[in-house]
Amino acid sequence: MISFIAKRLAQSVLVMAIVSAVSFSLFNFVGDPVNNMVGQDATREQRLEIRDKLGLDDPILTQYSRFVGNILQADFGLSYRIKRPVDDLIAERLPATLELVFVSAIISLFFGIVLGIYTGIKRNSWGSRIILSTSLAGVSLPTFVIGIALIYVFAVHLRWLPSSGRGGVVELGWWKTSLITLEGWRSIILPAITLSLFQLTLILRLVRAEMLEVMRTDYIKFARARGLSERAINFRHALRNTLVPVITIIGLNIGGLVAFSVVTETVFQWPGTGLMFIQAVNFVDVPIMAAYLVFVALLFVVINLIVDILYFVVDPRIRLGG
Amino acid sequence: MSTLLDINGLNIAFPTRRGTVNAAKDVSLTVESGEVLGLVGESGAGKSTIGNAIIDLLEAPGRITGGSIRFMGEELRDMNRDEMRQIRGKRIGMIFQDPQTSLNPLMTIGAQLVETIEKATSKRGRDADAHAVELLEQVGITEAVARLRAFPHQFSGGMRQRVVIALALAGDPDLIIADEPTTALDVSIQAQILDLIKKLCRERNLGVIIVTHDIGVIANIADRVAVMYRGEIVETGTVAQVLGAPSHVYTQSLIAAVPRADTKLDRFTSVDYIEGNTASFRRIDIQNHWLGETQQNDHTGTAIDVDRLNLSFVLQKAVFKRNRRMLKAVNNVSFSVQQGETFGLVGESGSGKSTVARLIAGLYTPDSGTINVFGKDVNENRKAVESRAARQALQMIFQDPYSSLNARLRVLDIVAEPIRFYRLTENETQTRKIVSDLLDHVGLGASAALKYPHEFSGGQRQRISIARALASRPRILICDEPTSALDVSVQATILNLLKDLQQELGLTMLFISHDLPVIRQMCDRVAIMRHGEICEVSDVDTFFEAPAHDYSRHLLDLMPSMTLLSDPVE
Repeated sequence: MISFIAKRLAQSVLVMAIVSAVSFSLFNFVGDPVNNMVGQDATREQRLEIRDKLGLDDPILTQYSRFVGNILQADFGLSYRIKRPVDDLIAERLPATLELVFVSAIISLFFGIVLGIYTGIKRNSWGSRIILSTSLAGVSLPTFVIGIALIYVFAVHLRWLPSSGRGGVVELGWWKTSLITLEGWRSIILPAITLSLFQLTLILRLVRAEMLEVMRTDYIKFARARGLSERAINFRHALRNTLVPVITIIGLNIGGLVAFSVVTETVFQWPGTGLMFIQAVNFVDVPIMAAYLVFVALLFVVINLIVDILYFVVDPRIRLGG
Repeated sequence: MSTLLDINGLNIAFPTRRGTVNAAKDVSLTVESGEVLGLVGESGAGKSTIGNAIIDLLEAPGRITGGSIRFMGEELRDMNRDEMRQIRGKRIGMIFQDPQTSLNPLMTIGAQLVETIEKATSKRGRDADAHAVELLEQVGITEAVARLRAFPHQFSGGMRQRVVIALALAGDPDLIIADEPTTALDVSIQAQILDLIKKLCRERNLGVIIVTHDIGVIANIADRVAVMYRGEIVETGTVAQVLGAPSHVYTQSLIAAVPRADTKLDRFTSVDYIEGNTASFRRIDIQNHWLGETQQNDHTGTAIDVDRLNLSFVLQKAVFKRNRRMLKAVNNVSFSVQQGETFGLVGESGSGKSTVARLIAGLYTPDSGTINVFGKDVNENRKAVESRAARQALQMIFQDPYSSLNARLRVLDIVAEPIRFYRLTENETQTRKIVSDLLDHVGLGASAALKYPHEFSGGQRQRISIARALASRPRILICDEPTSALDVSVQATILNLLKDLQQELGLTMLFISHDLPVIRQMCDRVAIMRHGEICEVSDVDTFFEAPAHDYSRHLLDLMPSMTLLSDPVE
């Protein structure tokens, strides 16, 4: 197990090295950093001074290793636009995104798995047919359309929920949360549903397909032949076997939630890292873009590592060897 | 003895889009307690369907359309789902074919046993654990207490089937339905499992239904036998009566198709009744055909010469050599095959017989040792053009007729591929002509060329494989268990075809099988393999009459005794 994790860690380090190289290259390919930082009326001397200060004349490898060294100390430099350290900006915005992703992951996992099992077991019932056909909307409609539709119905028309922003924020140390006030929940519910819908559909369909597959196996037939109750067959035997392949996809999907949150945060003006990224793209704020890239990659790598370890926990065939 | 199960006039129908298939037609059976009833038939005969119908586990859309199933005087068809669940496991136990897949891979053996015991008996907690240990001991699993915590993948196939039997016994049933319980197992394990079932039947006074396609299993274990053909029971009687003096024409042809281990026959007797397809196709005069022209047949020595061959597989990878776990799949194997003879390689699974075949075919490269085909070392200049000629002379037929043909190609392209690859013809017209002649000759008919593999049955697919192997005009044919996936009647026709082709084309054959009677019918000489080593090489008759090695005797002892069978009709 230790050698397995060590191998996975080594792979993760490689992935991060490549991603950091890509994000580093952003600095050199997306506009001239000096032009981005100084005003139009800066003198030649001022420009040279900044070039020197940023070390832009050093060999490329030296610059890259300095960049990596800084990242390792969580130093992503100054935002061109706001002139504040990028890591501070991310730290401020991160709780909003993580809470949004957390709530939508819970929604998509809970409803995805429960409805997946239901449609898998009651294959031909009317309930299953309705769930399956509505779930198609979840995959085929773009996130922003769903978001706008939800805003129209619940915020504009019914006026039950706020249309945008993050209300009811309470500070817990440096972490600003909106999950402990009613107002906070009112504002997170629409964006969380919007974000979760696509993943929910995927998980639902995957769980259903796996469930149908598992129900056809010999050990389910044998469990029936031993007179076990339907409940024991469905939940003790079928569900766990269903979840083995589902775990991988769920892991990837949580990464996907972070990535998709860019759109959702924009629609709902949710003050998270995704919105910050979109704004950074508008103003060619390269340090923020580079940091965001590294951050998302890190998230994916960590989630994948957790998924691999979960495999060990769930599947004895991997844990104990053949 | 009392009548345990009484099936009367049972009809089972599977409605499909293309009309209703009657899987069982007016089936009547009885099982007494303390007896083993064999239900024998070929694939599609409906024998498993009957087993499933008894415990109400017919797969959708199948349903019982008529008749009665009385179990200890109660009508099972009148029971609702909950009552039926009380019958399953508690009073009727079931054993399935493949022990690899009948156990839940994510639960320990103990958890699966305890769950079943708690469902079927009043035992709970510690008592249930103790009962689980007792059951495992009864089915011959040692260190049962420790084994409870093991997962299914930590057991071998035979051990898993014992666990499956323990599970079937958990509710102390009166009747056990075993659906092909030994088909997935090696002969030595098969003998143990059959003994176990027989012993349990006697000790507990159980009724047992054994559903099988294997006449050998029936001969060994059953007291009475019912023969099924296309959903009907054509004959019922004691084993001696049905196997020794079959009265129905189907039973007669079925038994004639069973390969015999006691004497060698020239051909299997005609089994047209079973095949149902008596349309015979044009056979070409193959010796004067393009296919009969063997190239540069000037080599006079041995066809295949294998000298001190070794190959190991890595079981567990590790950075340091001493931590690696290796499996010696082929250990110092030497033998030679004369031109025109059929050489058999026999052994149980894992003995390395298929690996040897693959080495000779060039699919693996040996760690050490040499393989000469017609005097040329096949592993020298593997990339060179000459070595292609060596490979063209040597073709292979694989075991599984389903996965060995590319499902996306038409039969024409499958068979023509070797011809096109080796550029054996001048133009496409000639290629197509040869393919259609070949398809005629192997008994498929030229019209098969435009179809896809899924339109054919297992036996027909194996004919396609044979046609493909012949297309490059080989002089050596390697057959790796060519008929193990087929029904006996189909096996007989395929083996006849192989024999004919060998005579017509003067082929040399390397014939790999675990099935001793098949070896006796097909081979001139035979090599016995075990754990990657050759135990004995001898004449096929010498091997069967006077085996030299202990392991050979052991294998022959395990072979189901067929003394009950009627004498072959010449």
